[in-house]
Amino acid sequence: MDIYLSQVFTGLSIGSVLLLIALGLTFTFGQMGVINLAHGELIMAGAYTAYMVGGVFGESVSLLVALPVAFALAGTMGLVLERVLIRRLYGRPLDTLLVTWGVSLLLQQVARDIFGAPNVNAKAPEWLGGGVVVAGATLPYARLFIIALVALSVTGIWLYMTRLPQGRRMRAVMQNRQLAAVSGIATQAVDQRTFFIGSGLAGMAGVALTLLGPIGPSLGTAYIVDAFLVVVAGGLGQLRGAVFAAIGLGVIQSLVEFKTQASLAKVLCFVAVVALLQVRPQGLVSVRSRALT
Amino acid sequence: MTTLLEVRDLEVVFDGFRAIDNLDLTVAEGEVRFLIGPNGAGKTTLIDVVTGLTSPAGGTVTFAGQSLLGLPEHKIVRLGVGRTFQTASVFEQLTVVENLDLAANFRQPLRALLRRRKGVSDAVDAALTTVGLVDQADRLAEVLSHGQKQWLEIGMLLVQDPHLLLLDEPVAGMSKEERTRTGELLHEIARTRTVVVVEHDMEFLRRFANCVTVMHEGSVLCEGTVAEVQADERVQEVYLGRSRDKRSTAEVG
Repeated sequence: MDIYLSQVFTGLSIGSVLLLIALGLTFTFGQMGVINLAHGELIMAGAYTAYMVGGVFGESVSLLVALPVAFALAGTMGLVLERVLIRRLYGRPLDTLLVTWGVSLLLQQVARDIFGAPNVNAKAPEWLGGGVVVAGATLPYARLFIIALVALSVTGIWLYMTRLPQGRRMRAVMQNRQLAAVSGIATQAVDQRTFFIGSGLAGMAGVALTLLGPIGPSLGTAYIVDAFLVVVAGGLGQLRGAVFAAIGLGVIQSLVEFKTQASLAKVLCFVAVVALLQVRPQGLVSVRSRALT
Repeated sequence: MTTLLEVRDLEVVFDGFRAIDNLDLTVAEGEVRFLIGPNGAGKTTLIDVVTGLTSPAGGTVTFAGQSLLGLPEHKIVRLGVGRTFQTASVFEQLTVVENLDLAANFRQPLRALLRRRKGVSDAVDAALTTVGLVDQADRLAEVLSHGQKQWLEIGMLLVQDPHLLLLDEPVAGMSKEERTRTGELLHEIARTRTVVVVEHDMEFLRRFANCVTVMHEGSVLCEGTVAEVQADERVQEVYLGRSRDKRSTAEVG
């Protein structure tokens, strides 16, 4: 029993990181129709930020410093990407796909040039060593920290979207861009803010990933596909859907992986998502929107 | 009467098709102008150009002496040009109050948006009462009836306090009672504002129009009072003539 508990827990923590990554994707896709393939490299940038910050600050506080720094850095990278390239490609999803893929390759090479091709490690702070024992299963503090971090971030995003005027404008643009524009909302400014926040979350996800494994230039590519699965399964631009889909996928994958093997778990996850989309083509949570039809 | 909206030599081309061809239109301050014309005459396109959703291939659009061309949509709204859409367009996943708050956004300080229903701003409160949606204030817009959505859309215009309102078929799909109610609403609104209405409903037209512009194939066919327009031969031809002629000749032949 305890082994299942620890597998579910592992799944929860993986699902949490996926959620953080998928949030940015689902917002940029839901609001602007942009599929940002360079999103994975923002995760990578966040992870290397943790590595760099770890070298400057002591390891006990570096994690806490790295989180806001990574958010700001990845957010700024996303913002620049939007202003310089993606803005010119709105309404041309295929071109966006190609361009952001190119940017993704470019950024990976930049990382290789700066940090070298081999993986590096960011030291986890000592206070995250060990774990708490529940019902015979050890739940590592590092993973608990990730789950708490994501829970906090999601709550923050939810509050932003429902309580703040900026968030309300974001929902408005997502629901009906033209109506938002003629209601006096500066849609371009809203787009930029969404891009900044989504990219910043990817950066934070990168920091969280340094607690689970090594950092390499292609770190992002390993997660971007799963994050897209979450976006599609959860429903575009849907916070609630993304939460369910991310946790679900993380736990299923972790449990199946334990019972069988990694590749089979991946296959089963794909099958599960395909099956879900047969029943609910719009994903778990859907909204009737004119902008996306 | 001073001119509020002036459109000169307007041309809009969609993939080689001339949706608007050399159109001139002058709307004076305080006027209620009706735009009518068969499908594809370019009425909605004209509104799209004035509100910045479509860019023309040529011509000028001036509002209160200022050119609107090239301005982003939200700037045009902030200058005082508001519009509604052909289909009732509201933010379905937001509540009625949130919809109004959003529209009122640039007329209010930010903190007003943070307040809940109890403390909604005067403008929003007034709009709720005017369009008769006080009881629906905290419901999601998607559960409203079609007519209520149209009213909410008008309410969203009201809180923006525009000088010029462009209404695209405000009574389309409404029941008779709803139409009467909308008519009264528009009458009220038009007392202090300039209104351009695209509408086909003849009864509605007769009651509220003081000047009608008939559009056909992207340009103005004729302009005048309802009686004048109805008596115009070209208008009869555009609306009824040609197809009827063909049919009758076919029957005869």
